[in-house]
Amino acid sequence: MKKFDKERVLLAVAGPVIALIAAVALTSVVLIASGKSPIEPYTLMFEQATYSDIQVLIINQAGMYYLAALAVAVGFRMNLFNIGVDGQYRLAAMTTAVVGAHVALPAPLQIPLLILVAMLTGAFWAGIAGILKTTRGVSEVVATIMLNAIATSVIGYMTLTENFGVPVGNNQTTGEMSKSGWFPGISMGDSGEIYGFVVIAALAGVLYWLILNRTRFGFDLRATGASESAAAASGVNAKRMVLSAMLISGAVAGLAGMPILLGDVHTYSLSFPTGLGFTGITIALLGRNNPVGIAFAALLIAFLDKASPALDYATPVAYDKEIAVIMQGLIVIAVVVSYEAVRRWGLRRQQQRVGEELAAAARGNGKGDGNGNNDTVKEVAAR
Amino acid sequence: MSSATVAKPLAKQPAPGRRRISLPVLLLVIAGVLVLTSVVRLITDADGITSTGQMSTALRLAVPIGLAGLGGLWAERAGVVNIGLEGMLILGTWFGAFAGYQWGPWVGILFGILGGALGGLLHAIVTVTFNVNHIVSGVALNILALGATRYLSTFAFEGKEGGTSKQSPPVESLGSFSVPGLSDWLQDLNEKHWFLISDLAGLLGGLFTNLSPLTVIAVAMVPLSWWVLWRTSFGLRLRSCGENPVAAESLGVNVYKYKYLAVVISGGLAGLGGAFLSLVGSNIYLEGQTGGRGYIGLAAMIFGNWMPGGLALGAGLFGYTDSLKLRGGGTNVHALLLLLAILLVIGAAYLVWRKRYVPAAITAAVSALMFAWYGLTDEVPNQVVTATPYVVTLLVLSLSAQRLRMPKANGKPYRKGQGT
Repeated sequence: MKKFDKERVLLAVAGPVIALIAAVALTSVVLIASGKSPIEPYTLMFEQATYSDIQVLIINQAGMYYLAALAVAVGFRMNLFNIGVDGQYRLAAMTTAVVGAHVALPAPLQIPLLILVAMLTGAFWAGIAGILKTTRGVSEVVATIMLNAIATSVIGYMTLTENFGVPVGNNQTTGEMSKSGWFPGISMGDSGEIYGFVVIAALAGVLYWLILNRTRFGFDLRATGASESAAAASGVNAKRMVLSAMLISGAVAGLAGMPILLGDVHTYSLSFPTGLGFTGITIALLGRNNPVGIAFAALLIAFLDKASPALDYATPVAYDKEIAVIMQGLIVIAVVVSYEAVRRWGLRRQQQRVGEELAAAARGNGKGDGNGNNDTVKEVAAR
Repeated sequence: MSSATVAKPLAKQPAPGRRRISLPVLLLVIAGVLVLTSVVRLITDADGITSTGQMSTALRLAVPIGLAGLGGLWAERAGVVNIGLEGMLILGTWFGAFAGYQWGPWVGILFGILGGALGGLLHAIVTVTFNVNHIVSGVALNILALGATRYLSTFAFEGKEGGTSKQSPPVESLGSFSVPGLSDWLQDLNEKHWFLISDLAGLLGGLFTNLSPLTVIAVAMVPLSWWVLWRTSFGLRLRSCGENPVAAESLGVNVYKYKYLAVVISGGLAGLGGAFLSLVGSNIYLEGQTGGRGYIGLAAMIFGNWMPGGLALGAGLFGYTDSLKLRGGGTNVHALLLLLAILLVIGAAYLVWRKRYVPAAITAAVSALMFAWYGLTDEVPNQVVTATPYVVTLLVLSLSAQRLRMPKANGKPYRKGQGT
């Protein structure tokens, strides 16, 4: 069995590597087609990544992406597509900001309170889609798309000046949060500060792995995701699993905005980052719903994000930073296609191997009686 | 065509154990809603809710949603879920404006269709040939279309007269026309504010006033799609790929070919919707112009139970609620609160008649809340207006999702020869 595992590891690594190479190659084609150097943007971006202040930015961004992607991955393991992570984290960040601005407890109480508020808000918003799916049979894809749009309106309404909004200059904020709710960061000297919440994100990854792979609940969840009817036959309540997966996904999504909210801006404003949820989908796909894979994927996408703005100001030739967005899209397509191709290739290898073993067994037993031959065939086929 | 006889029994067959709303009942319901709207208009004096202008705006806003929905219909009838409609719309807006400002709007339309079809082709390659999860592919396509158009804009539009990296130079208008005589007569009738007649005149007037040629083409696509999909052998084969590809294959249908065609046509229709946005809706390409209409189109299609007529109705509803936002939203939506409250009372009465007392009580309570909201306020905040179409979709879906029936093999992976 050891030999098999080695090949499985190889297959698991081959998927993303092939995808990345394909995406880079395709991006280079785009660059050549637009009459630009196909290599220089990459060297420029790698050069950016050697500066420590950019590194801090990348880690901070990756922390948020990581949480968003975990939220998407929880759904994926259950065969649920939570497109609503985007609305969930924005709504959660807004609510947390409002609570943080109006409640002032000592820090050991305030921070857990804020985290709880964020998780509950996210879970509530995702739970609507979960309940609609379990009780009314509404597809979670459509429901969460609608909820994203509704979240935007709700946020717009709540941040009106007559409600909780506080205009600052030409920006609309929710007022500064009480100091006790600020999450302490890890100072890196001149290079800036790493959000302390990044540690929580890493812990969430560990927890995700533990719950999914080491608990009965996680097993039920994965089983339901793999085959709902089979899980139901073994006594799993599929509807309850759908609802709990949705609630957990929403709760994790609620945390996605926290690193920047509690660690840096301390208020929800018009300039709060948007679209984390959609990037989270990319990252969860790229990382194959595996906590370590997602971490690498989050770092990669954060690198593309934070190293690309410098392209606009590069001398002597400037590049358009949009090339990084194209690359993200290409990566997703390349990733899903290459995973499928690698999976099929692995399947074929396995079939070939079984075929060879069957043939070898047939040769070996050629002189034996027919009965023994049949047994060997069955035994090998049973693998 | 001989296949019509083959198609008929399939189309007629109602889902077992479920009530199906027949056409007369549907027409009766629509007429009833119209009468109620008229009553509400007289009570509230919000003449805007059925004015010709309102209806005309609603039609203009409904067209891209309807085209996106039709795109979704074609793909899903062949068994491919198309959540990449948004990306195809984006490609349509960009290519439409790109060709439109250089070679005129008609070439722009053609390029818009081609741009969308290109997105459809990519989606087909990924989902049909590589058998990747359809939703994943669609999401990827949306990201890619956004990135590609942004990137291309900096080359194609920046530095041109009136163009920047976020918008294209203005495109020549396709022009618009009103049906002579009929349009003016209906408008006059509408302005008299008579009970029911003026409302009907407003509704019809909207269909005959200030039409763009592209609107006519787009509206014609609805019956055309129905005819092709339900009355030709081509359509029957295409739908069979969405219902049971293995059976279709066993009868000699080239499932891959039909799926490819369906998804490319789907992209073309969405591309046309995009071109409509950039050539008729406004006269430039603007980054973020689609504003999630692809997703709404998908919702309209589901709302319409994967049927062209239903999705047209859904698109009309979305277009109407959208138009409220543009034209005196606060007061008009406020007036519609009353309509909603009355509809809920009727719904509660119906539920009591069906002896389902708990849902009836909930409906009545919601209705009471609506009456209170209507009575205690004069206007609804703008955000409520913005959220209305989405809330309506969620409500409609949650009320009717169990009665909807999507193509049986929709979104399922299919490989050639998997049945053997």
